[in-house]
Amino acid sequence: MKPFCFSQAPLTPDSYRADLADVAAGGYAAFEGWVRNHNEGHEVTRLEYEAFEALANKEGERIVAEAIGRFGVLRAACVHRVGSLAIGDLAVWVGVSSRHRAEAFAACRYIIDEVKHRLPIWKKEHYVNGDSGWVNCERCAHPHEH
Amino acid sequence: MRTDKALLEYHGQPQVRWAFELLSKFCAATFVSVRPDQRDEASRAGLPQVVDRQPGIGPIAGISAALLEHPKAAWLVVACDLPFITERTLQYLIAHRDPQKMATAYRSAHDGLPEPLCAIWEPAAREPVLACIAGGKQCPRKFLINSDTALLDLPEHAALDNVNTREEFAAAAAALQQRPRIAKTVRIQYYAILREQAGRSEETLDTSAATATELYAELRQRHPFQLGPEQLKVALNSEFAEWQTPLKHGDTVVFIPPVAGG
Repeated sequence: MKPFCFSQAPLTPDSYRADLADVAAGGYAAFEGWVRNHNEGHEVTRLEYEAFEALANKEGERIVAEAIGRFGVLRAACVHRVGSLAIGDLAVWVGVSSRHRAEAFAACRYIIDEVKHRLPIWKKEHYVNGDSGWVNCERCAHPHEH
Repeated sequence: MRTDKALLEYHGQPQVRWAFELLSKFCAATFVSVRPDQRDEASRAGLPQVVDRQPGIGPIAGISAALLEHPKAAWLVVACDLPFITERTLQYLIAHRDPQKMATAYRSAHDGLPEPLCAIWEPAAREPVLACIAGGKQCPRKFLINSDTALLDLPEHAALDNVNTREEFAAAAAALQQRPRIAKTVRIQYYAILREQAGRSEETLDTSAATATELYAELRQRHPFQLGPEQLKVALNSEFAEWQTPLKHGDTVVFIPPVAGG
C-alpha cells in the first residue's frame, strides 16, 4: 500500500494491517481516530473532511518516511478519510510493524501527531442545533457571532 | 553611481525583483546570478540563485556558472539593471533565436556590437566560454564578436539603454512611472472555509500582486474572508511556500486555513 493516501469510502483496517505483515516483525501497533459525538461542549451529529490532496499526499508521505527513518520500524502507513462521516466512523488509521513494540508505539504516535499538525485537512462539524462550523477556523474568524 | 544598480526602483520594487518577474513569464525556471557575497542580500535572498564559481571576473562568471549548473539548458541572460527592457524585447529575441548558433543577441543601438546581457546563450557555448576564461579573456561581448552569434536589430531602440548617473536614474524613473506594472495570471484554489466564503473552489485572476501577501490582500477586497494572513499558510504549485516568494505567471496559489485532520 502507499505510505499515505485518502479514501472516499469507509476505511478497512484489516486489509491495511495485512499489507504491513513482515517476517522480521515482532509486532504491530495501530491507531484509529473515530468520530465522537461531542466537541468543545457541542453535540456533534456528523462531520465532513476536506483535503488539499495534492499537497497532503506529498506531506503525508514525508511524515511516514520520517517515522520509518527516525524509529527504525519495518513498515508504516496512514489512510485518512474524506467526505461525509457519521458518529463512530473511522476518520484516520495509522499502522506500524516493527521488530519490537517500543518503536512501533513511538512511530505510530509520531505519525498521527504530525498528520494532525501538518496536513492540509479540514473538518466541518454539524451540531444538534443545526449549526455547523469549520474546526479551528470559526471562532477566530467570527468573533462577533459569539 | 556608487550603488548597487540592481536595487534601484523604477517599477515600485528593486529592479532585480522586477526583472525576475519579467523573465519568469518566459522561462521554465528563473535564477538570479550572484557573487558569493551577494547571496544573503535582501532582494536576492528569497530568489533561486546561481552563484559565481569564479567571482571577480565580471558577468562572464555568472554566464559560465549558469552553463555549468544546467548544461543542457539554453540561458536567456538579462542584466538586472536595464530599466527600459520590455516583454516585447524578450519575446522578439526568443522568437528569433537560432539554437544552431552559440548565442542569439541584439546589436547595440549605439555601436552595433553584440549585447551579451540581453541574449540567449546556447548549451554549445559552455566549453568555449570556459576555454575563453581559462585563456584570461573575460569580456562576454568580445566572446560573442568572435563566436558564431545570431545578431538581431532591436525592435525597441532604447530597450537596453543603461543608467549610469543619478540624473539618468531620476529621468528614467520619471519616464517609467507612466508604464503599468507587470500583470500576471494566477490560479487560486480554495478549500474549506475560504471555499465557502469565496463561493467557489477556484478562480483565475490577472493581478499585479508581487507576492502571496499582496495577492491575499487583493482577494480580501473581492471576497468576505475573515481569516487574517497570520492565520493562514501558503502553497505555491502544491508545495508549502513563504508569503514573500515572488509570484510567477501561471502559478497556482492555495491559502491554507488552520488545519484539523486526524
